Amino acid sequence: MMKYSGFKVLLEGLRGNMGWKPLWRNPDPKKSYEIVIVGGGGHGLATAYYLAENFKITNIAVLEKGWLGSGNIGRNTTIIRSNYLLPQNQPFYEFSLTLWENLEQELNYNSMVSQRGVLNIFHSDSQRDAFVRRGNAMLMSGADASLLGVDALKKLVPFLDFKNSRFPIKGGLWQPRGGTVRHDAVAWGYAKEADARGVDIIENCEVTNLLVKNGKCYGVETTKGLIKSKKVGVCVAGSSSQVMGKIGINLPIESHVLQAFVSEGLKPIIPGVITFGAGHFYVSQSNKGGLVFGGDIDGYNSYAQRGNLPIIEDVCEGGVALMPMIGRARLLRTWGGIMDMSMDGSPIIDKTKIRNLYFNGGWCYGGFKATPASGFCYAHLLATDKPHNDAKDFLFNRFERGRLIDEKGQGNQPNLH
Amino acid sequence: MLIDHPLLGLRDSSEFIYMGDAKLLNRPNWKSQNSMTKFIDYGYLRKNPAGVHKELWYHEQGDRSWLVVTRNTVTHEILKVELARET
Repeated sequence: MMKYSGFKVLLEGLRGNMGWKPLWRNPDPKKSYEIVIVGGGGHGLATAYYLAENFKITNIAVLEKGWLGSGNIGRNTTIIRSNYLLPQNQPFYEFSLTLWENLEQELNYNSMVSQRGVLNIFHSDSQRDAFVRRGNAMLMSGADASLLGVDALKKLVPFLDFKNSRFPIKGGLWQPRGGTVRHDAVAWGYAKEADARGVDIIENCEVTNLLVKNGKCYGVETTKGLIKSKKVGVCVAGSSSQVMGKIGINLPIESHVLQAFVSEGLKPIIPGVITFGAGHFYVSQSNKGGLVFGGDIDGYNSYAQRGNLPIIEDVCEGGVALMPMIGRARLLRTWGGIMDMSMDGSPIIDKTKIRNLYFNGGWCYGGFKATPASGFCYAHLLATDKPHNDAKDFLFNRFERGRLIDEKGQGNQPNLH
Repeated sequence: MLIDHPLLGLRDSSEFIYMGDAKLLNRPNWKSQNSMTKFIDYGYLRKNPAGVHKELWYHEQGDRSWLVVTRNTVTHEILKVELARET
């Protein structure tokens, strides 16, 4: 197993860097496992790691249809934060943020967790009231939050358009512990440590069917043959409906495309993550200097991993309204990822009506920041058959029970969350 | 995406509001058996196919008609456009 340290870097430098090894093995699947996790994205790999670390279950396979990190874990805008409002959500995301804070030490892997702060700008008195309420909810969950006035913002982010009369800047909700993380490294770090504990990570192995008999799931059919398992945990984000649909289960989820954008490299200017409160625009600056930004989903069902031009225009307009200085920065790349948009905008970590089949999905476009806690809580559910306390409301039956967790109050319209 | 409106011809999709699966046209009868289960299905559960999908688009910035668009969710190709009232 690879152990990283400053000393190791020095030693390898002297040895011509010939001693570095792959981070995980490339095993063939065994005939059976105790737990099979469908989906080798961030959440699936984190689940495998926490099953091995917290519950000492290591007879696990993680099945990934492409290469590791090829899905949303490598497509997001890398933001971590815990600035939710509802009591079903906020403690979960705060738990996730505390896991992020210790992630690099725990995984012995540099995932560049950078707590450079998340700033949500507000533009009206009523929006200030809403953000004060949100900030208080954050404080009550043990998170950090403070309200910044215009004077403080002028010091922190002097480049915003403070003279904008259509969207006047009235202040911001500031979470210093929020920030960004190198997203691929999260997948690689979890993969490395899960593999070191004996978990088989099997790439290029697509699940073509779930094996169910008498209401019980006993394995999966894959492009690399049948794999039996005592428990199967599905964790496939945008493909959730595709996998569960194989056995006729319809989910409270629509798949939508979300685009993300990177500009050419610029000198350091944007200190943390900034969001526009009058439209939908969020931006941070990568360590290479590119502005990484995004906005709304395109708004129609899609599995295409690419979007259309109207959203590009909309997002860029939002950006220029907030900080006109970026108007002449050139766009370098845009891409799309498939979001599992749930009916109330909140996730599901639950058993299914098929015994031994578990489901984790519906993360909408907020899945990245949830990666550690999602894996932690899903591992808890898979190992103990009971929901983790911080994820106890993320259940399927909340829709029929009328206990929706609807942060934005939009109702059952997935493209509005 | 351009939507070939049956009355107005090719229109930009950004003139429309997307309302999802066209199954919403078939509202269950509240007096039927198991109507509770049917309404949970109607309100919250979706097939969400990767491929051909019949869906509702509302021409808000146009003639305010409801359209049923048959579209491929993998390629974004639009296969058929009908007025909802004629389906």
